Amino acid sequence: MGVFISQAINGISLGSILLLAALGLSLTFGQMGVINNAHGEFMMIGAYTAYMVQTYLVKGAGASFLLSLLIGFVVAGLLGLLLEATLLARMRGRPLDTLLVTFGVALILQQVARDVFGSQPKDVKAPSWLSGPLHLGSYTIPWTRIFMFALAMFCLLVVHLVLKLTPLGRQVRATVQNRDLAEASGVSTRRADHMTFFLGSGLAGVAGVAVTLFGSIDFNLGTKYIVDAFLVVVAGGVARLAGAVIAAFGLGLMQAFVEFPTSASTAKVVVLLAVVLVLVIRPQGLMVLRTRSLA
Amino acid sequence: MLTVEGLSTGYGRVKVVHGISLTVDDGALVAVLGHNGAGKTTLLRGVMGLLPARRGRIELDGVDITKTRTNKRVRAGLAYVPQGQQAFGHLTTRENLQLVADTQGREGAKRVDAALDLFPALTELLSRRAGLLSGGQRQQLAIARALITGPKVMVLDEPTEGIQPSVVAEIQAAITTMMRETGIGVLIVEQQVGFALAAASRYVVMASGRAIAEGEAGAAAADGVRAAMAL
Repeated sequence: MGVFISQAINGISLGSILLLAALGLSLTFGQMGVINNAHGEFMMIGAYTAYMVQTYLVKGAGASFLLSLLIGFVVAGLLGLLLEATLLARMRGRPLDTLLVTFGVALILQQVARDVFGSQPKDVKAPSWLSGPLHLGSYTIPWTRIFMFALAMFCLLVVHLVLKLTPLGRQVRATVQNRDLAEASGVSTRRADHMTFFLGSGLAGVAGVAVTLFGSIDFNLGTKYIVDAFLVVVAGGVARLAGAVIAAFGLGLMQAFVEFPTSASTAKVVVLLAVVLVLVIRPQGLMVLRTRSLA
Repeated sequence: MLTVEGLSTGYGRVKVVHGISLTVDDGALVAVLGHNGAGKTTLLRGVMGLLPARRGRIELDGVDITKTRTNKRVRAGLAYVPQGQQAFGHLTTRENLQLVADTQGREGAKRVDAALDLFPALTELLSRRAGLLSGGQRQQLAIARALITGPKVMVLDEPTEGIQPSVVAEIQAAITTMMRETGIGVLIVEQQVGFALAAASRYVVMASGRAIAEGEAGAAAADGVRAAMAL
């Protein structure tokens, strides 16, 4: 029982990281259908933003971390907006071109990071109020993991509220569903695209800042998360946030429970097989909206 | 007033509409008639800017909108109800209406109320996802959405296609009421020649992307229209 609970805690913690990494992607890929290979590099930019803020702007680990979440969101968001407005907007309806271009952008961003920060990993100090664990009976849960879970839930709530309740959210959902009809309803689909990409990339930046709590960062950080993030969005069902949540925690728990008696690489294989199985049985992912017509 | 002069448009390299000219005065209805594949829908998409104009000029109240993006044409006063009872199926009926109201500033909420007055059946369906509405309900929603933009001219593409007769009568009544009460001009593609000619002030018959007949509408025009469409 003790092993079960501790692995469940590990799984939920991993699921939180996956969810945070995938949340932005669920907007840019899930909502807009843009296969953005540079999403992981926006996470890397968020992580290096935390390093820069702590090194040059605010010395206190606690204040610098909180400030980094905000600055990381804005910096990554603006870079995403730049990518969308300058390159991706010209490639609407050309997914293969988009795939290649964003792959190229990812390589460029990695190289720039290597040139600027070097190839040695950098450390970002975690805030003192996140050090140590929470004791629950005989179990201990590190505060960093609790914070990660809370941050993922907060970001999920913000994205949900933005999509559901704001004019921008309605415009994004309408544009995703029927671009011509949205334009003919007076919606600037160009602006909706820009804002979606800003928000999605900004969330990647927040995820990047958050993962500095769990280890060193380097120019290669994005590649560790991009595949898992895509798995979460595809398995969950594109255009459905609820699907991303189920997939993130499902895959996180599966990874944790399989990893314990076997190894990390075996667990990865099982997770991938599970995703393949989901897509064979439900090609549109776990969550699908039902309508009389697709219009 | 909408003025279209020598408009040519199409898909990619394929030109479908060749040099169509027409004028829709305030409070007037112009009917575009013709068989399937005549280029009627392509003409309307060209007027709305959803397809680029290869040649010609489009003016709304004397302002050249030929190169204006579609959403700005809508804000300038050109509303569009596309073919096929299109709605944002994943959004609720209320969200479909609110989406358009968001673009209209303070007037938006009033226009939603006015549109619901015209189509009271929608009031009970506000919380239902539009994808779950019937074809007739979706078409009423589509017209309501267009009305909320506060149009000077409405562009309607086969608004009664595939809809049960009782709802067709409601939609036709709503169109004529709307024209009478607000002075909106209407450019309509309609398969029901009888309704089109009764409500229209002018008609254009299209075939192979060209205007093959046009003139004053009314009962007297019916024989001429049917003869042109038989060609």
